[in-house]
Amino acid sequence: MAGKTLYDKIWDAHVVDTQDDGTCLLYIDRHLVHEVTSPQAFEGLRMTGRKVRAPEKTIAVPDHNVPTTPGREDPKNMTEDSAIQVAALDKNAKDFGINYYPVSDIRQGIVHIVGPEQGWTLPGMTVVCGDSHTATHGAFGALAHGIGTSEVEHVLATQTLIQKKSKNMKVEITGKLRPGVTAKDITLSVIGATGTAGGTGYVIEYCGEAIRDLSMEGRMTVCNMAIEGGARAGLIAPDEVTFDYVKGRPHAPKGAQWEAALTWWKTLKSDDDAHWDKVVTLKGEDIAPVVTWGTSPEDVLPITGVVPAAGDFKGGKVEAAQRSLDYMGLKPGTPLSEIKIDTVFIGSCTNGRIEDLRAAAAILKGKKIAPGMRAMVVPGSGLVRAQAEEEGLAEIFKEAGFEWRLAGCSMCLAMNPDQLSPGERCAATSNRNFEGRQGRGGRTHLMSPAMAAAAAVTGHLTDVRDLI
Amino acid sequence: MDKFTKLTGIAAPMPLVNIDTDMIIPKQFLKTIKRSGLGKNLFDEMRFTQDGEEIAEFVLNQPAYRQAEIIVAGDNFGCGSSREHAPWALLDFGIRCVISTSFADIFFNNCFKNGILPIVMPQEVVDVLMDDARKGANARMTVDLENQTVTTSDGQSFAFEVDAFRKHCLLNGLDDIGLTLEKVSAIDTFEKTAAQARPWV
Ligand code: SF4
Repeated sequence: MAGKTLYDKIWDAHVVDTQDDGTCLLYIDRHLVHEVTSPQAFEGLRMTGRKVRAPEKTIAVPDHNVPTTPGREDPKNMTEDSAIQVAALDKNAKDFGINYYPVSDIRQGIVHIVGPEQGWTLPGMTVVCGDSHTATHGAFGALAHGIGTSEVEHVLATQTLIQKKSKNMKVEITGKLRPGVTAKDITLSVIGATGTAGGTGYVIEYCGEAIRDLSMEGRMTVCNMAIEGGARAGLIAPDEVTFDYVKGRPHAPKGAQWEAALTWWKTLKSDDDAHWDKVVTLKGEDIAPVVTWGTSPEDVLPITGVVPAAGDFKGGKVEAAQRSLDYMGLKPGTPLSEIKIDTVFIGSCTNGRIEDLRAAAAILKGKKIAPGMRAMVVPGSGLVRAQAEEEGLAEIFKEAGFEWRLAGCSMCLAMNPDQLSPGERCAATSNRNFEGRQGRGGRTHLMSPAMAAAAAVTGHLTDVRDLI
Repeated sequence: MDKFTKLTGIAAPMPLVNIDTDMIIPKQFLKTIKRSGLGKNLFDEMRFTQDGEEIAEFVLNQPAYRQAEIIVAGDNFGCGSSREHAPWALLDFGIRCVISTSFADIFFNNCFKNGILPIVMPQEVVDVLMDDARKGANARMTVDLENQTVTTSDGQSFAFEVDAFRKHCLLNGLDDIGLTLEKVSAIDTFEKTAAQARPWV
């Protein structure tokens, strides 16, 4: 019998019940909740008189629709709809007795940054959240994925999820990365190679030397965008880097429990003879700093490239590419590095961690943003923000001309007032460049924090390698 | 959840690939704390101008498709966010079935939880169904879940696959949570064993 993958092992450890047709009831170790996709689920519990089965395993934080400007503890400084959603979460957290980080708490932030930061996310766990970027937590060797609101209600009530197992896909990044190339370039390049549906039906395990060499922050960036590649989840086997990151976090195990946990965690890797349904291999040294040109995350090209023509594609993608070009206001053949931008957004659960801010600040140090540029940094959590202030990064951003915001999702999905106007063009470190994602008519180019910082300085998309 | 058994209705053709959840229901409509009332904003930015005027060319604004109950779509329908507001908006508009070559995983799941049937068909079949949908309001397509077939207005019939458990839930309008709670003793047992094996969780 073939060995097991990491996914197989975590799955097997969490099956509560299997039906004849293979549908399983899977136990959920951690359930993360935010204000936008949960109100209807709590309403459902109230209507049926059900309780939260494991409130101690449930963690809530408002992030998607909160302002990132000072004074937000006072609901009067929120738009009415934000205030309603945040008040609903306040109330639900209290009524159902779940762990909660309100906006006034320094630990508040984007749910996928708070979970790991507080040690809620641990190797070998099953983690779900009513948000597709739950895949982020896979960086710890946890099986983590997004769910819809009906499933949020299901997990609240039963601490389980009805699931069918996905197939196993291995994405290997061999060798070393070149200077100026980051985790974001890896994850975008993988999507560029496989397409946004390339991972549909699979759970991806990322492996290879270039992945092993990444910090936990970098690994979270890679796994975060597994969903853009269509996969249910992305994960990375835990190792010393993981254990070092987890150790000492508020909710990580301590003492004898730490030792017991570590013993199990060390078994969490794919066996050499495990079966893979699909394998994709990229050479680390072939990956360049990339940007997206279109309105799908698969529209990825090295910054040294040119805007493609619709005719370069096949099938249904021809029409989609033409639509993208029209929407993005781009002419085929234009060098990507000549595309002018007017807004820069550094933040999100993809790239809102301390290392991301360090990478951007390293480019910005002693420089100013281009005239007329609007640039903002939205740290992923209050603690990331505090650390960046302590390290002097906040000063670098402010002196360069960036706005220094409070933690939240902000312009990643632009539900709060941080939005692009029609035709505005943004260099963003977030994960989606869909039409209207950052504001109706807004145009988004996805890239790494260093690349976004470089664009802020020059006023156009820029090869960061020219600035280092 | 409403049952889904057999549906005969108008199908709207949407051949675009990668129709994402931001297109289906833009985020400004996620601010509600209710499930209902989202249909008027379905495909909002494709359907209306910034001033709220209808965009005449958009398929669901055309007289033939205003009453559509089925969408025939390009590859990878529903990609993007986990927002269940997407199926809620489709349902509220009156869509009960979406047919495509492929769907994004979370969206696919979310459909079943709301009584919408997503059907995966091979490209050649989607092409035939797309042509049928283009015929407009007089061409009604029939989706029969019991027998797992889609039949075009001119009588061509195609079989489709559907997960047996999901089919059962949809045919009977069953609530997942109720079903799972019948297994509560298995969950209790699992929790006890897991607490021994992994006490730190
Ligand atoms: S930062 Fe963006 S992608 Fe991440 S959870 Fe928030 S809205 Fe979703």
